Amino acid sequence: MRLDQRLIAGMIRPRTRVLDVGSGDGALLDYLFRNSGCDARGIEIDMREVTRSVAHGLPVMHGDADHDLVHYPDNAFDYVVLQRTLQAVERPREVLRQMLRIGRYAIVSFPNFGHWRLRMQLLLRGRMPMTSVWSTPWYDTPNIHPCTILDFLTLCRDEGYVVQQWMAVDEDGERAPWRRSIRLANLFGEQALFLLRRKDAPR
Amino acid sequence: MDQTSPATALSHQHVTFPDGLQLDCGFHLAPVDVAYRTYGALSPARDNAILVCHALTGDQYVADPHPLTGKPGWWGRMVGPGLPIDTDRFFVICVNVLGGCMGTTGPRSLRVCDDGTEEPWGTDFPAITIRDMVRAQHLLVEHMGIERLLAVVGGSMGGMQVLEWCATYPDQVFAAMPIATSPFHSAQNIAFNEVSRQAIFADPQWHGGRYWECNEIPARGLAVARMMAHITYLSEAALTRKFGRRVRTTPGRGAVGAPGALFGEMFEVESYLRHQGSTFVRRFDANSYLTITRAMDYFDLGAEHDGDMSRPFRGTPTRFCIISFSSDWLFPTSQARLLARALNQVAANVSFVEIDSDKGHDAFLLDEPDFDRTIRGFLCGAAEHAGID
Repeated sequence: MRLDQRLIAGMIRPRTRVLDVGSGDGALLDYLFRNSGCDARGIEIDMREVTRSVAHGLPVMHGDADHDLVHYPDNAFDYVVLQRTLQAVERPREVLRQMLRIGRYAIVSFPNFGHWRLRMQLLLRGRMPMTSVWSTPWYDTPNIHPCTILDFLTLCRDEGYVVQQWMAVDEDGERAPWRRSIRLANLFGEQALFLLRRKDAPR
Repeated sequence: MDQTSPATALSHQHVTFPDGLQLDCGFHLAPVDVAYRTYGALSPARDNAILVCHALTGDQYVADPHPLTGKPGWWGRMVGPGLPIDTDRFFVICVNVLGGCMGTTGPRSLRVCDDGTEEPWGTDFPAITIRDMVRAQHLLVEHMGIERLLAVVGGSMGGMQVLEWCATYPDQVFAAMPIATSPFHSAQNIAFNEVSRQAIFADPQWHGGRYWECNEIPARGLAVARMMAHITYLSEAALTRKFGRRVRTTPGRGAVGAPGALFGEMFEVESYLRHQGSTFVRRFDANSYLTITRAMDYFDLGAEHDGDMSRPFRGTPTRFCIISFSSDWLFPTSQARLLARALNQVAANVSFVEIDSDKGHDAFLLDEPDFDRTIRGFLCGAAEHAGID
């Protein structure tokens, strides 16, 4: 399992109900079921991954964050997880609202567009940045809503979400998570990971 | 030629329930025979049973040769030792549906008339629903001492039965696989069924449904019904791949019929459909076809809930796996998605897979490796969650 997935798993209490939006190969679902006794389910847009996950006995349905969260009832889950997908959805603010409507907590990871390498490239070359994290050219990228860690914090404040935990991690997971200064994280963190809850939701 | 079906003379493994069933239409049907086949062994804890529900023209001979046609079981590639529905591990039950013609009580069964004589029910057989079919299966499952089915699996009309099982006996279904099906029978599907029925009614040998009195069967009408329905089970791509525009030739004679005649030649697709029609009438009863297609037409999970298809599943403990096929236009993926979303509304545990196939509705009976893997994996996962093995 990837480092960010291990960190996500560490945020989730055992024996809780979890919806993983964009469950991919189902690694997190499998881990949560086997190691934490969670009722963990997935939504995945790539049909090949869906078939593969179901063929491994994992409960995954074909769907996506923009169109399928709206069908779940309020508080259906303890945690709703969105891994590395927020920047690629049609309406990120609405997706976050849905996540925190159907779940008590939302766990969101996304690549940080404020990373110094991206800033440098745009400043020095005057072209859209291309890095290992942001690796597709502007005309081909599915990442239509990139944001920085500070942008995301502003949205959380505007929407009334409480940031219960945050950390910045690098893409390959070679370095330990960064949890100190958020300004430095916005400069040096390749990926951000947030645990959110609604202001009115009990801890 | 004696046209009465040889099926009447066959005997099938069955249980008779003298008290019968209270039907949705209000009629009390008694006694009720429930014909079935089983495969594999029931575990001492009776917790490894999988009920397979058959489609409109299927029967209980899911994995052994059909007693009339001698053909292999209709899902012999799926049910058996080491196969996705593994009879080395699971106890598989398949029941002929209520209203059918392979041993379970249906229009061809005899009833006692007011004057004490016996005759077939025919068109007087009460209108039944998919839920009535499920009730009859439930009688058998309880008779076997099985408190909870590990899984209920079925395609097409079999999928409707799967959904009714989950709605009617939620605590007795651990896992459910509705395949190539829909939460309600659509107007288009009712329309196709109506054309099938009208073909039967228009046959002079129909005799108002009392065709047994004349020792005849409405073979032409039933064959046309089957031909039309069979087209809906395929896809344009499948028909093109199988037949294209090829014309059939008879060895030594070239094209069939006289040159220049309007129907002097026969396209291969025509020949195929005629064959489908003529083999069907030998094994299926016309009144059963009418009864069962009507039951499908009535199927609508939301009907008793102001159209809310999620309500029957509120609080459901069942694990669902919905499967559709990309080229199925009879029970399209869009309808499967409606079902998936209805189940999401009650936060049910749902898997939903669309299998990429160009074989149309019939794909669930054919060789689709992704489909096999999905069934095997989901059932293994269900068994693990149920604590079996």
